[in-house]
Amino acid sequence: MTAISMSSPRAIAWPAILKEAAMTAFVALLLTIPLVGLRTVDRPTGLGLETRWNEVAAAVGLVFLGRLGLCLIREGHAVTVLVLAAAATAAGFFIAMPTEALRVILIGGGAVIAIRAILAIRTGRSKLSQAERDKRMDHIAAQVQHASRWLGPIAVVVALAFPFTPLADRQLLDIGILLLTYIMLGWGLNIVVGLAGLLDLGYVAFYAVGAYSYALLAHYFGFSFWVCLPLAGFLAAMSGVLLGFPVLRLRGDYFAIVTLGFGEIIRIILINWYQFTGGPNGISGIPRPSFFGIADFTRTPAEGTAAFHEMFGLEFSPLHRIIFLYYLILVLALVVNLFTMRVRKLPLGRAWEALREDDIACASLGINRTNMKLAAFAIAAMFGGFAGSFFATRQGFISPESFTFIESAIILAIVVLGGMGSQIGVVVATLLVIGLPEAFRELADYRMLTFGMGMVLIMLWRPRGLLAHRDPTILLHGRSKGGSGGPAAGTAAAGGQGIAGGSAK
Amino acid sequence: MLKVSGVHTFYGAIEALKGVDIEIGAGEIVSLIGANGAGKSTLLMTICGSPRARMGRITFEGQDITQMPTYELVRLGIAQSPEGRRIFPRMSVLENLQMGSITAKPGSFANELERVLTLFPRLKERISQRAGTMSGGEQQMLAIGRALMSQPRLLLLDEPSLGLAPLVVKQIFQAVKDINREQKMTVFMVEQNAFHALKLAHRGYVMVNGKVTMSGTGAELLANEEVRSAYLEGGH
Ligand SMILES: Nc1ncnc2c1ncn2[C@@H]1O[C@H](COP(=O)(O)OP(=O)(O)OP(=O)(O)O)[C@@H](O)[C@H]1O
Ligand SMILES: [Mg+2]
Repeated sequence: MTAISMSSPRAIAWPAILKEAAMTAFVALLLTIPLVGLRTVDRPTGLGLETRWNEVAAAVGLVFLGRLGLCLIREGHAVTVLVLAAAATAAGFFIAMPTEALRVILIGGGAVIAIRAILAIRTGRSKLSQAERDKRMDHIAAQVQHASRWLGPIAVVVALAFPFTPLADRQLLDIGILLLTYIMLGWGLNIVVGLAGLLDLGYVAFYAVGAYSYALLAHYFGFSFWVCLPLAGFLAAMSGVLLGFPVLRLRGDYFAIVTLGFGEIIRIILINWYQFTGGPNGISGIPRPSFFGIADFTRTPAEGTAAFHEMFGLEFSPLHRIIFLYYLILVLALVVNLFTMRVRKLPLGRAWEALREDDIACASLGINRTNMKLAAFAIAAMFGGFAGSFFATRQGFISPESFTFIESAIILAIVVLGGMGSQIGVVVATLLVIGLPEAFRELADYRMLTFGMGMVLIMLWRPRGLLAHRDPTILLHGRSKGGSGGPAAGTAAAGGQGIAGGSAK
Repeated sequence: MLKVSGVHTFYGAIEALKGVDIEIGAGEIVSLIGANGAGKSTLLMTICGSPRARMGRITFEGQDITQMPTYELVRLGIAQSPEGRRIFPRMSVLENLQMGSITAKPGSFANELERVLTLFPRLKERISQRAGTMSGGEQQMLAIGRALMSQPRLLLLDEPSLGLAPLVVKQIFQAVKDINREQKMTVFMVEQNAFHALKLAHRGYVMVNGKVTMSGTGAELLANEEVRSAYLEGGH
């Protein structure tokens, strides 16, 4: 029906369309008044309210136009709408706007509507059904998954080469380190959430344990980073086991809530145990990492230690330390990734995935659920601890502020948006969730709003995450896609129980 | 082989099993029939240790397993295909089967796989399909196949014919018969499909309201008036 109306646009039912657009604009008005229109400001006299009605008006007006555009696409005027939407996007990019909000909405909204229009033109329909969309996205996800076989190594090579490119200035390296930290945390949490299927809302607790372990060990005992890194991982894993024992009997929502509580408890302990942790003031002067204990990254190192630049005959540059940190977190993140890829093919990882799929069936197959969950928890916690001590050594200063619930939420968002269990999904989601806000720093006020909007959009369009696609970890001989049992044989053997050649032909 | 004596099981204050005695000899097929809510699934689950029997004793080959954790039972040689199949939907058929052998002796995987795929050739055709996308009958075959992968001596099946077309039910029951005859595997089966279940079984039990009310050979029970009127009317 829509396909027919596409080729011969019928008369537009203006009243109905205008009514629909007005309704949408009204909803937008209700939402934007508190979100955009009112703003609290610190005044000497106390907290005051500032209003921004013109931004509200702009947002509502654009929502109205956007809805109108969508309706017109539905009525078969996709081409017209495409032109207008593209024009709006371009205007957002090139023409100076009175407010930043207007710009964001113009570019974002224009692009979304343009994509819709293109879709309508190409498929002859204004909307794909959920099932179709899922199928397409799953196809894309599968392709990405297969592409990641060569894309992954290329990405690693690019990441390795990046500090030596002329692009690599201090700011980009910092962003790179930030991204890699979140990728590492995402991969770590992915073990619990994506593989074992346990919704952990307090992952930041282990990040905090790692960070404070290093900071306190260095502060009280003067241990170096390289001694503390394994210790911090160990302590975090222990706290994972401690937490795991009581809570792993719980399921689903209850489990999630208790982990959330645990995250907060750790933070509150850190705040209140003033004598030991420095309370809300945190710990400063955390030692920076040395070059594997043999050289320092300072211009004039202390007596008895070598300087990195002298050792390698380089000009002194403060960038050396940053590059070193960059490589450090890159290696740490890759360790987590390699671990996960490997463990999926071992009984442990398979048991985790089975637990995620069906808890009860696992018990009847002889899997000790408690131990498996504990292992997942402890290992993920250990990686969180590594990341935490890296964070401490990079910042040189930590305080409980850095370990609030929002951190847990962001890491979880990365895992869920990426598509639970997908390694490459975590990378893509990190680029979106951490990278985009960094890139749009100028948007200051609207960063969180766009972040929220992005989340809502992904949840609407892709409820299972961007790249939710899972490849089997074992294939039968002679049944692999390539036809030669080569790669299949590899996976089967890696599965620990290779299938005897030809037994299942 | 398996002996259940005087077992009481509670869900909170509700007594689901009110003193059940059952005995299963090695090499037998034993069927348990009964109305909805009689406690059949509860009995199977109690044998597997969740929920636990509050009173009574369960022994397997002389060993007391009443308090044994569920996951240990597989190592003793008891495999269960729980009610509702409970396959791993997002994993492939082969991965599901592999999960079944997670406790088996290393190196036995290929042989067991071969055996299961011969028993259910359908699974072989579907080997790399995602298990959740298979038909109900195929999923049931997978659930049984997965249980067989651990090389059990006692196989517990909960309603293997649930929701399946008559032809598929026949295939499944034939497979059970084959396993029993060729591998000398003992089978304890809970069924709604009383006619087929009793025809296949060497012996049967009837459960009403948490108690075993009747037992006998399959043929005896099939001929029994009470059983006929309660579970077999409606014709086959
Ligand atoms: N988890 C539970 N909590 C509380 N009551 C339960 C639970 N599981 C089962 N019951 C109750 O125990 C009784 C026996 O249930 P059971 O599942 O063993 O019946 P069944 O004989 O297997 O029935 P069906 O043929 O319908 O599967 C029922 O009254 C049921 O409501
Ligand atoms: Mg039942």
